[in-house]
Amino acid sequence: MTIAVKFFASLREEIGKSEINIETHKPMEIVTVWAQASNNALLPDYMLIAVNRKYVDKNTLVQDGDEVAFFPPVTGG
Amino acid sequence: MTIEVTPNEFNPYARLQAYEETLKIKIRQWGALATFTGTMRDYNEGDTVQAMFLEHYPGMTEEYLFEISETAKQRWDILDTLIIHRVGDIQPAETIVLVAAWAEHRAPALATVSFLIEELKHKAPFWKRETLSFGTRWVGA
Repeated sequence: MTIAVKFFASLREEIGKSEINIETHKPMEIVTVWAQASNNALLPDYMLIAVNRKYVDKNTLVQDGDEVAFFPPVTGG
Repeated sequence: MTIEVTPNEFNPYARLQAYEETLKIKIRQWGALATFTGTMRDYNEGDTVQAMFLEHYPGMTEEYLFEISETAKQRWDILDTLIIHRVGDIQPAETIVLVAAWAEHRAPALATVSFLIEELKHKAPFWKRETLSFGTRWVGA
């Protein structure tokens, strides 16, 4: 089972990748996805999180095939 | 209800005029058009900004703009809305965003534009990176 993880803006530059895949055998919590994707960095409170392109909080469970995105506060407009 | 995320420079006044031409064919009862245009400044936080790059989250950005347009339509008595937002490389004085709402009366048109631009600025996944004389920096980082 695969979970696609995307990073944007300054976070993408810090991590050095725009996307990685995580293999899992069961649903994962967002914090676990972040820990695996970021080599166990702490998940900052300001980080925004989306699953399948909808905002979620960090207690959300992620399922096989989901697209998870982490990104800093937005600055459009 | 139209949203567009584009890498191309656009003239907001020409786009409004063109959009109204299409509305004239469908509906004729609007008495109010309210708009907001956001333009790139050549300074920020005391520094001269030479250029800007706007990143977005393809898919989520468009879905989010569509969602807030739907919310506005349910909340206020409006006839149509238009949001156009630039991405990619932008130069000073170019338009970054156009938000427009057509309604029978001014109050819902003005309320809708205010709601859409505030929601867009606070939650739509766009990120600005400025080019300065001494390098680049992400806005708000």
